[in-house]
Amino acid sequence: MKDIALPEALAGEPFAAEAREGWLAWVASVDHKQVGIMYLIGALFFFVVGGVLALLMRVQLAIPDNRFVSPETYNQLFTMHGTTMVFLVVVPLLVGFATYMLPLMIGARDMAFPRLNALSFWVQIMGGIMLYFSFATGGVGGGAPAVGWFAYAPLSENAFAFGPGVDYWALGLLGIGVGTLTAAINLIATTLCLRAPGMSIRRLPLFVWMILVTGFLIVVVMPILNAGLVMLLIDRLLGAHFFRPGAGGSAVLWQHVFWAFGHPEVYIMILPAFGIISEVIPVFSGKPIYGYEFVAASTLAIAFLSLAVWAHHMFAVGLGHAFDLFFGLCSMAIAVPTGVKIFNWTATMYQGRVRFTTAMLFAIGFLLMFTIGGLSGVSFAIVPIDWQLTDSYFVVAHLHYVLFGGSIFALFAGIYYWFPKISGRMLDERWGQAHFWLTLIGFNLTFMIQHVLGMLGMPRRVFTYPALPGWETMNLISTVGAFVLALSVLIFIVNVAISLRRGAVAGDNPWGAWTLEWATSSPPPAENFLRGVPPVSGRRPLWDLAHPDRADELVMKMAG
Amino acid sequence: MPLGSAVMPGPYSANASTLAPASPQAAAIAHLFVGTLIFLGAILALVSFLVIYAVVRYRDRPGAPEARQVFGSRRLEILWTVLPLVSLAVLAGFMAWTMHVSDPPTGTAKPDIRIIAHQWWWEIVYPRSGVTTANELHIPAGKAELVEFRSADVIHDFWVPELARKIDIVPGHPNRMWLQADRAATYLGVCAEFCGNEHAWMRFLVIAEPPAQFADWLKEQQAGAPPPSTAEAKRGLDLFRDRTCANCHLQSMGPDLSHLATRRTLAAGAIVNTPDNLAAWLRDPDAFKPGSNMPNLKLSDDEVRALVAYLETQK
Repeated sequence: MKDIALPEALAGEPFAAEAREGWLAWVASVDHKQVGIMYLIGALFFFVVGGVLALLMRVQLAIPDNRFVSPETYNQLFTMHGTTMVFLVVVPLLVGFATYMLPLMIGARDMAFPRLNALSFWVQIMGGIMLYFSFATGGVGGGAPAVGWFAYAPLSENAFAFGPGVDYWALGLLGIGVGTLTAAINLIATTLCLRAPGMSIRRLPLFVWMILVTGFLIVVVMPILNAGLVMLLIDRLLGAHFFRPGAGGSAVLWQHVFWAFGHPEVYIMILPAFGIISEVIPVFSGKPIYGYEFVAASTLAIAFLSLAVWAHHMFAVGLGHAFDLFFGLCSMAIAVPTGVKIFNWTATMYQGRVRFTTAMLFAIGFLLMFTIGGLSGVSFAIVPIDWQLTDSYFVVAHLHYVLFGGSIFALFAGIYYWFPKISGRMLDERWGQAHFWLTLIGFNLTFMIQHVLGMLGMPRRVFTYPALPGWETMNLISTVGAFVLALSVLIFIVNVAISLRRGAVAGDNPWGAWTLEWATSSPPPAENFLRGVPPVSGRRPLWDLAHPDRADELVMKMAG
Repeated sequence: MPLGSAVMPGPYSANASTLAPASPQAAAIAHLFVGTLIFLGAILALVSFLVIYAVVRYRDRPGAPEARQVFGSRRLEILWTVLPLVSLAVLAGFMAWTMHVSDPPTGTAKPDIRIIAHQWWWEIVYPRSGVTTANELHIPAGKAELVEFRSADVIHDFWVPELARKIDIVPGHPNRMWLQADRAATYLGVCAEFCGNEHAWMRFLVIAEPPAQFADWLKEQQAGAPPPSTAEAKRGLDLFRDRTCANCHLQSMGPDLSHLATRRTLAAGAIVNTPDNLAAWLRDPDAFKPGSNMPNLKLSDDEVRALVAYLETQK
């Protein structure tokens, strides 16, 4: 709880980048706010790139037997789309928000390790560039990797993926993995060591809480991926046979390694999103979060359980009923702490004063969309249902309800909520509302129907399909939805571009929020808190400041 | 030229719906699925109602008083922790039972059928009768057949939504499963694990016939096709040997072509099996299945005619 002061000689030195001009001020920056902004811009750039890949896929799938792209190209498209959205969009957006907001929310001046912070970003972005460089490789089997974001061996081994695409993929992900790992260590250290006086772990804003838990989750699982990638590279480049069944290796081993990372990764992408929702909903309901302890503790439960559910991706592998049953039960159990959160957020809005700002609309949208994704997720925990529906379009629908309807909706809520703090200007609300409704309509148009396609037997990762009854119409609807979604993103970009220049000036605390980041100017100065950090004696320091007679902890104590 | 997908020929339903089960195994899963959907749908309806009610009823109105600052209710929170836990426990019971019904133990008996998945076609072997065929799996209706699955290269997955669970076909990890169809009918199957380039056209048919008819079919396949009689067909046989076709098609590197003329589709479901389509396929396989392992041998029109004449005798 105590503040760790920098030695005199060092204090201020990492912030010297301020003096530099132009782009160098950004490239050489170790300021958490600049690094955070670079994370966000990089991730939004890749969001557009990954979205374009998705549009190309939806064009190909608009009609049966389409020849718009070749199967090789299509397989590259979905491999790169998945890899991009997971590693270069959702995680960096969340890490970016954490990098920018976490030190402010705990009243710190910067991250615990500012240089490591910059390193994390640059390694991550270089990994992304390395990944995309694969498009430029030629020769037989050249081009981007075409093995899916899960890169199942032995399809990802030399014998079947001849080109260097998979090598670029593995090396790129290694870079991204190292960047994410160091970022997590930094976020943990910052949270544990640099909190303002009075901010105990039990008073942390929930976003910080969830970043802390996510940080530990990253530290536990990211090395598993990195190890797996190195093994794959040794197989491919040095002729080993970790994952080559013909030579004594095991194809199933890769699946264990990949999903032991891959499923916790899903929670790495959703827990910080829960954090954003846990900030936005209380503020725009005019009430504190309902059941702080339950929301925080359920996060721990989810993180812990997430380490024991990976093999629900492997029910079809044929590993025996006892094995399937164990992972099925653990996967079902994870629905309980997740359900607790949904109910607590709903209870927070109940009897509140709900303001329909764009941020809040996205948070409400998140609640409903994520519930759909969570519930279809329960059906995948039920082993026999998974045996039928895994690897069908039902999964495609499910995962997009979790990662788009969940993570991306929450991230948009976060962007509308924190944009004024970061830029000093408000995002236009009318454009914002248009953005929200088009996103909601486009998203559901694209993905709701895919549940049905999966039930009707359409497998995923196919570059084309026969014209079975209904498939044609449903795929066309999905493609139309994808373009509506693209339009909504375009509106968002226009909104950001215009609001950055002409948006209303935000002021310190435009939403009447209660956490420490709103106690400084917008955007905050390099030092974060020129007027000093307000005293922290509860979970809502700015509420306590405004209502000293009914400060949170006072009221709670009186209520017993 | 009649291009396009081949899954519609013949008088059978071209569905591949998980909700139209045609075996006890698939029916068990379908019932559990429908039950689960209703249960989950009810939860979704409840949550949606609560959320929408909360935001509409308690929307900010001008002049509305400040919301009462409520921090939670231990009792309610325990309630909505325990209730889902109990209902999931019930669901877990159904799950365990359905697992047993939909995927009964396979024991140690010798399999009736062995399926070897290749990039991008299916080799089908009946070990007892020594019959080998491809891409069209014949089974006797009403009888459970024990099927063993092996992969020749990468991971594939055997999926016939109307008949059974999915089962991965993993190199170095043979799997077994009971396969059964209640009605004599044709069912659509597909590879459901991404396996490379032509994953989309790694389809197959399951043709369930009355047992007597199935026995006849098996006898026919065992007998071998009659030798070619016309001059053109004889020349086709020579070409089949000389133009390297045999190198793959007799070595399980491509589908076995004996009795090809009795099959309904070509190229693992990519095209309907007609003499015209066969000729077009021989001329340019990539036009139908780009990236497949069938090479374009740059055959002359003459050679194509002879090969088609020969292959059409393979009944």
